[in-house]
Amino acid sequence: MTDQARIRNFSIIAHIDHGKSTLADRLLERTGAVSQREMREQVLDTMDLERERGITIKAQSVRLAYTSPAGEELVLNLIDTPGHVDFSYEVSRSLAACEGALLLVDAAQGVQAQTLANAYLAIDAGLEVIPAVNKIDLAAADPEAAAAELAGILGGSPDDVLRLSAKTGQGVDDLLETLVKEVPAPSGDPDAPLRALVFDSYFDAYRGVVCYLRVVDGSLGSGDSLRFMATGEVHEADEIGWLTPKAVPVARLGPGEVGFLITGVKEIDRIRVGDTITHAQRPAATALPGYEEPKPMVFSGLFPTDGDDFEKLRDALEKLRLNDASLVWQPETSKALGFGFRCGFLGLLHMEIVRERLEREYDLDLVATAPSVAYRVIMPDGEETEIRSPQDLPEPNDRRGVSEPYVKAMILTPSEFVGPIMALATGRRGIVGDISYMTPERVELDFEIPLGEIVFDFFDLLKSKTRGYASLDYEPIGYRESDLVKVDILLNGQPVDAFSAIVHRDAADAYGRKMTGRLRELIPRQLFDVPIQAAIGGRIIARETVRAKRKDVTAKCYGGDITRKKKLLQRQKEGKKRMKMVGSVEVPQEAFVAALQVDEES
Amino acid sequence: MTPETADAFANHAAAYVHIPFCSAVCPYCDFAVVAGRDDLTERYVAALCAEIMGSEPWRPVQALYVGGGTPSRLDPGLLAMVLDAVERRHGIAGDAEVSLEANPEDFGPNFARTLRAIGFNRVSFGAQSFSAPVLSRLGRRHDAAQIEHAVLHARRSGFTSVSLDLIFGTPGESLDSWQHTVERTVALEPDHVSCYALTVERGTPLGRAVGNGAPAPDPDVQARAYQLADRRLGAAGYGRYETSNWARPGHECRYNLTVWAQGEYLAFGNGAHGHRGGVRFRNLRRIDAYIEAVERGETPRVGEETASGWASEIERLFVGLRRTVGVVPGSGGVALLAAPEGERLSQAGVIEVREGRLRVAKPLLGDEAMRAVLGLADPEVRENAASADTVSLDA
Ligand SMILES: Nc1nc2c(ncn2[C@@H]2O[C@H](COP(=O)(O)OP(=O)(O)OP(=O)(O)O)[C@@H](O)[C@H]2O)c(=O)[nH]1
Ligand SMILES: C[S@@+](CC[C@H](N)C(=O)[O-])C[C@H]1O[C@@H](n2cnc3c(N)ncnc32)[C@H](O)[C@@H]1O
Ligand SMILES: [Mg+2]
Repeated sequence: MTDQARIRNFSIIAHIDHGKSTLADRLLERTGAVSQREMREQVLDTMDLERERGITIKAQSVRLAYTSPAGEELVLNLIDTPGHVDFSYEVSRSLAACEGALLLVDAAQGVQAQTLANAYLAIDAGLEVIPAVNKIDLAAADPEAAAAELAGILGGSPDDVLRLSAKTGQGVDDLLETLVKEVPAPSGDPDAPLRALVFDSYFDAYRGVVCYLRVVDGSLGSGDSLRFMATGEVHEADEIGWLTPKAVPVARLGPGEVGFLITGVKEIDRIRVGDTITHAQRPAATALPGYEEPKPMVFSGLFPTDGDDFEKLRDALEKLRLNDASLVWQPETSKALGFGFRCGFLGLLHMEIVRERLEREYDLDLVATAPSVAYRVIMPDGEETEIRSPQDLPEPNDRRGVSEPYVKAMILTPSEFVGPIMALATGRRGIVGDISYMTPERVELDFEIPLGEIVFDFFDLLKSKTRGYASLDYEPIGYRESDLVKVDILLNGQPVDAFSAIVHRDAADAYGRKMTGRLRELIPRQLFDVPIQAAIGGRIIARETVRAKRKDVTAKCYGGDITRKKKLLQRQKEGKKRMKMVGSVEVPQEAFVAALQVDEES
Repeated sequence: MTPETADAFANHAAAYVHIPFCSAVCPYCDFAVVAGRDDLTERYVAALCAEIMGSEPWRPVQALYVGGGTPSRLDPGLLAMVLDAVERRHGIAGDAEVSLEANPEDFGPNFARTLRAIGFNRVSFGAQSFSAPVLSRLGRRHDAAQIEHAVLHARRSGFTSVSLDLIFGTPGESLDSWQHTVERTVALEPDHVSCYALTVERGTPLGRAVGNGAPAPDPDVQARAYQLADRRLGAAGYGRYETSNWARPGHECRYNLTVWAQGEYLAFGNGAHGHRGGVRFRNLRRIDAYIEAVERGETPRVGEETASGWASEIERLFVGLRRTVGVVPGSGGVALLAAPEGERLSQAGVIEVREGRLRVAKPLLGDEAMRAVLGLADPEVRENAASADTVSLDA
């Protein structure tokens, strides 16, 4: 057990790419947590997807042993968090396990939307926020401006804002000293009944469920009989320990400590992130506050390409949920795609990541349908029901109205882009509210806008219109009635439910033309003509045709080289596997997310 | 040609001999060829003869095909050595078809007479086109007049079958231009015509050009060109007996018929492919590697694939369906017609069963049928697997 006075628990939070994981590297190095040999860039980003994309997806905690210049031996529990808006749930969960937050800002970019959003999360959680300007080694760095902006948000003097380079390590020693001085030591009651917060978990094929926890009160010993307060489950602590970042088993975790717990439980529904663990014999009276369930923003159907994989997909979703508590789903049946699940995601990146993780980690091949937000339908009797899939929208005669989710969006931008951004937002039915100048060069634009207009391609457009300088954050503000219609897509005269979308009436024709045009590009020529139509109710609003293919034959048999020709055709056959038969039409899997692509023209 | 006659070629004995030398390599060509290595011709022919003499003696071949490359680049004396080796080792039947591929510009009167004298009776000219711009785009080194002269010399020296190879669908070629090529071909009255859609092969100069944005052949244009040729040749008395081949009755290429009937053929030379005793085999593709292997007394074979049972049945369809007469359905045909893919193909009129034969009725979509054939599962195996499941469940 570690004396609480020697413990400092903090998260590193920032806007995406401002250098959290790189700074974590320096801290791991400085404290000798990883050897020179094991060191690589963003060493805490262990998932393949994180490394390929160069972003953090999962928060990662690590225990560091730090000896201060004064010779004091301290324990730092650091949690590196993701910066992308879709993963802010990871941030809030991490913050609940800490007393402090290190808020980084890129010296060249200054304060961005998620800098603000994450700063407020930390302040609201009652944490000590330590501001620091990172990347001061960059030629374009303007540490003074960035420090002034940070001081503007948090109060205090710009002179007190730390200056760092996570790349060169400059300022890291000062940072460590500041963390030790400013982050409050945990103050749990060592004698009270055990209370530990499960802030994350994952499924290990050999060991079952592994929980990450933060002990708040009391202490936890290996072999203890534990009760999970929300589920009521009782399990023995098979193994407990620290992540240094290697898992190191220990006999006891005391108050203020962060570590892992393995109970040997393999049934994944028994354990829930946000639950409080206490002792079965001497339970605590009240649980810790836990977490608010995050609200999914977008929904998309996930269907196995091979219909036999439905159960495998269900199992995979359940296992993945242990490691991604924001994932929700319900079974969905599509005439075109068979049995699958309607899944809720926190945003498009989240959706992409979940799909890729399911495919890679659980060896599945999936079709994802175009994402949609959740609508509320006012039925003829005045009742309201939520629909998460366009195919569930009742016909106009069977509904009194439809309302859609709105968000309050906040864009931070250099002032020169205010005009183009306002044009973009109003073109998407946004209602512009406050425009406030943080500094003469940097503007905060607030507006209200339908979520459905912002979650898909808006961010890409915003980036391209502002050369990457603007950043965006948003939060739900409830539902508003809108003039919405369902646009159906028909292939070969048959409506394909997976292609239906709900759009604003004014945008329906353009949407229909865009979709039919895209599908014409994406659907390969077949043995017969394939008409593609877009329709509202029975009215056709756009049509295209994929003409039947006229020639598909090898000219020569290669002088009797039958083997070679066979191989060639076999390869073409493999290519066809990523097709889904919809009625009599072969549709490539990508077609189902065609609606995702950025609209160049808008 | 009756279906029975076509199927009977399954029992023919055939042989292929490869001559890789060319004066230049055409930009679209993906065959095992070399240009500028004429210094190797004698060593190559010696190796070829050694390979032939080292092969297990068979029976007299009824069709011998000397292809390339450009066999007409070789000195007739060397070609005679090759025929002699085949004759001595296996025999060449008295009524055998003895074919040679020739480039029009090589085919003078003396050359033609000599070839005839040493035993060739069929010649296939790489004419490709009668249009000067198309010939130049194809990197060919002859003109239309040379094609006409070559055919004349072949006739005069007594070749009993004369064939022309044509290429259609070269980017930039109009249908009118192609029609002109077909008309000039018909006017020459060859016995046999092959029309090939220009195919972009990976790794060729054409393939690289297309990869870098040069125009690729348009499949719709090629489809129309094909139909145009089929109509015109049909009207002139040529029957289409295979996807890309037309002949006057009795002039169908017997070597090819043997290949498509799943018959056996020996193969000699670099990159050559043969089929014998249920085994498909191929030789080293690089000429120097081939020569060195043979000179060291080693076999030049590099790959073998054995097909028996279901695999052989699939293969029978795979090769046989290129023929206009199609195939006896057999267990493979039955499986195809029962499979969802087969049903789709029947519905679209790509395949049909008529008078007891399974045929590809739309040859332009033949590869659709071929892919479906390759995907067919052995009905017996599936049953066995199912019964194995039952056993393990019971146990
Ligand atoms: N020049 C310079 N580059 C830095 C510094 N810190 C980080 N970077 C670079 O900035 C990029 C993003 O760094 P990360 O550490 O992955 O950023 P992050 O905040 O963890 O990003 P997310 O986890 O995706 O939110 C990488 O290319 C780093 O090499 C720095 O101090 N100086
Ligand atoms: C082995 S080649 C004949 C070689 C002979 N030296 C010549 O140049 O004519 C046989 C025929 O295949 C055809 N051919 C070769 N490559 C082709 C391609 N890429 N596309 C279409 N036809 C091709 C040509 O018509 C050629 O005459
Ligand atoms: Mg990171």
